[in-house]
Amino acid sequence: MRDQRWWTWHVAAGLVILVFLGLHMVIMHLDAVVGIFNPHGGHPIEWANVVERAKSAFFMVTYIVLLGAALFHGLYGLRNILFELNPASALKRGLNIILVAGGFGLFALGTWAAWQSFVLATTHVIAHTL
Amino acid sequence: MLEYKGRPNRLGIWGWLGGGRWGAERYLYTLHRLTGLGLLAYFLMHIFVTSARALGQQAWEQAMATVTGPIFTLGEYAVFVAFAFHAINGIRLVLIELGISVGKPIEPVYPYRTSVDVQRPLAVGVMLVAAILVVLGGLDFFVLK
Repeated sequence: MRDQRWWTWHVAAGLVILVFLGLHMVIMHLDAVVGIFNPHGGHPIEWANVVERAKSAFFMVTYIVLLGAALFHGLYGLRNILFELNPASALKRGLNIILVAGGFGLFALGTWAAWQSFVLATTHVIAHTL
Repeated sequence: MLEYKGRPNRLGIWGWLGGGRWGAERYLYTLHRLTGLGLLAYFLMHIFVTSARALGQQAWEQAMATVTGPIFTLGEYAVFVAFAFHAINGIRLVLIELGISVGKPIEPVYPYRTSVDVQRPLAVGVMLVAAILVVLGGLDFFVLK
């Protein structure tokens, strides 16, 4: 029953990823075709464009939502594939611990990066305004 | 994942490769898994590399310099192609999971009909959409820049 619930969350996370990763891909990799959210022109990874997106609360929040959804979707998918190979119960428990701990660790790192760059970018804007 | 009550998965990962007479959807299933694993591997590295932006401009530009060049461009395009396939095929899987486009239940009367035939136009349609995205991405990566 619990795995059925996790599977529903896996599908729901996929839909969240479809929206936000879709937007991310359009911004980063269809920039020459569509060209959105890169106000300084040039490549989307140029520092000026990175700062422009980082100072937006929308991007900060949606990066964190995307990070959580993608980590859950990806690591739960990996768990399903590994468990299909019928590992021993002890190995299953070990895999669960590694995947959960690794997922939370990466979520913490990514959340810190999104928040810290938001703070850096907005402080930069305030310093320039004063 | 539901616990197995019957015989275990004896083919293991080799079962992914042998779709046999199950048809095209079986290979889409294999590709969905392979692209998913590839995207996960890239994503885990991506979290580390892009976290450099939190340390300022110099750290960011240094991190980006280490992942720039023709090999990385090709690799990034491969990630884009994997994303296009996995995302669009994922929409098909969600539709099927919700019972959309699988056809109405019918009496099992000989000659039996499979619902895969009803699903096939959806599979073809989503692959066309994925192909359009792959071409647009190719234009962006290699032609327009």
